[in-house]
Amino acid sequence: MSANIFNFEFRSRLRSVLIWSLALTGIMFFYFSIFQTFAAQAALMNELLARFPPALLEAFGMNKIDMSTVLGFYAFVFTFIQLCLAIQAGNYGFGLISIEENEMTADFLLSKPVSRTQLLTSKLLAALSSLAVTELVVWVVSFAVITIFRDSYEYQSGTLVLLLVSMLFLQLFFMSVGLVISLLVKRVRSVTPYSLGLSFGAYVLAAVSGVFGEVKLEYITPFKHLDPAAIVQNAAYNTPLLILNIAITVVALASSYWIYLRRDIPVVS
Amino acid sequence: MSIIEVNHLTKYYGKARGIVDVSFNVEEGEIFGFIGPNGAGKSTTIRLLLSLIHPSSGSARVFGKDVTTQGPEIRSDIGYLPSEIFYYEGMKVNDLLKYSASFYKKDCSERSRELSEIMELDLNRRISDLSLGNKKKVGIVQGLQHSPSLLFLDEPTSGLDPLMQRKFFDLVRAENTRGVTVFFSSHILGEVQRLCTRVAIIREGKIVEVSDIRSLQKNNYKKISLTGSQLNVDELGLPGATNIQAENGTLNFFFRGDINTVLDKISALKITDLTIEEPTLEEIFMHYYE
Repeated sequence: MSANIFNFEFRSRLRSVLIWSLALTGIMFFYFSIFQTFAAQAALMNELLARFPPALLEAFGMNKIDMSTVLGFYAFVFTFIQLCLAIQAGNYGFGLISIEENEMTADFLLSKPVSRTQLLTSKLLAALSSLAVTELVVWVVSFAVITIFRDSYEYQSGTLVLLLVSMLFLQLFFMSVGLVISLLVKRVRSVTPYSLGLSFGAYVLAAVSGVFGEVKLEYITPFKHLDPAAIVQNAAYNTPLLILNIAITVVALASSYWIYLRRDIPVVS
Repeated sequence: MSIIEVNHLTKYYGKARGIVDVSFNVEEGEIFGFIGPNGAGKSTTIRLLLSLIHPSSGSARVFGKDVTTQGPEIRSDIGYLPSEIFYYEGMKVNDLLKYSASFYKKDCSERSRELSEIMELDLNRRISDLSLGNKKKVGIVQGLQHSPSLLFLDEPTSGLDPLMQRKFFDLVRAENTRGVTVFFSSHILGEVQRLCTRVAIIREGKIVEVSDIRSLQKNNYKKISLTGSQLNVDELGLPGATNIQAENGTLNFFFRGDINTVLDKISALKITDLTIEEPTLEEIFMHYYE
């Protein structure tokens, strides 16, 4: 680890972290401000939902959710939070190495007396810290909105903590997978299309895995590994899927190191 | 001890040729020129020595250390000025120089100020606002501020105006007098001629020749120019004359061999003017590419 690279990288993401944090805070406040109205008319809502085709409900994970409870509602909001966090982590992962190579600052950095392992580790830790700061904001705001808007409705804080901790696994997954893809493809010209593609792709996969019950797509998408509705319903993680999630992350990270240490830095063109 | 030892270094990018079987040594304290046209493999060689890319085969040592396994140690004493300079666009010059200095275990602030003054670099501007020439100056200060004992200069003068070029050359010479070894890559022969002691010529990925810059100029070719009313190319019949060009009664050619044989031939001719001179490196260079 080199402290100077870490500081430089972490500071260069401060703006991005601020924007994501504000957006996530906004989403949570917006949804939770309607929670009481929602919970009060839950009977009506459940009746309405019953008229939808079961496959559609399954696709959006609505069949497991009771939106009249605090955690049921939170799990529903958390799906959007997860999507945002996935995009953010994907951005950092895809951009970790490719932005330097595109803007041709990689030559500058790699002609300094640092090893590639040091460089990649410092960059990863910096990105991880940026993600952790964003997650910390979500932790604080989550407890805040629930305290402010829950009224007399009760909830189990233990399950909420499970959901909040799951953010770390989700973001590590998207950062690592984004990084390894960016090292495998020939050139990442722009980060956003890649991270949007990866995040929405994984999200849609999780959705349709409900529709095609036979096909086990949940094995590869973190939105299934860490399905908020399921976590709330069982008040626990699905351990095999969580282990699978961590395993994919570890393999992606290890391959990234392996590839990067052997990589030819592309020539300025 | 040789500062740089390159042994049969070969690099292919997939099937595309980078460099093939390149070998040469650079001795301590010399300014070593590395000339060749664009795409000959100059940057590839430098990037291999900095371990930005990995060799397909062969090996290279800098300061006696292997470039593939001991890169970080080597780079702690190296200054690198890339041919095209791109830095973090949003940064101020001063912040970039400080970031660059933070990689070395010494205080570079004084040297940095000194160099910026010499190169007339404005430290408070944003990198994105700089012209090509000013970016180049940032590169120069960045490459020299930690007082490395080996400098890699890849086409260093592009973008610099002649005045700045001269200041830069003076700077390089001053560094060299302090014992700094310089690896100077360029396709402009005039500047190599002005600065370097030895030179390697690379062409299509292969080293054509490594030689002392003087022997390259002196011991090989003479450039001879004759003016006369009735000069005949065939009449001359000189073995060793090449590149013969006749125009408006003037005969130009390069000659390599015993100079007396030319003089004997010429004395038999009626001429009005004669010059015999050293060919410029440029002209010698053209020769290798024919």
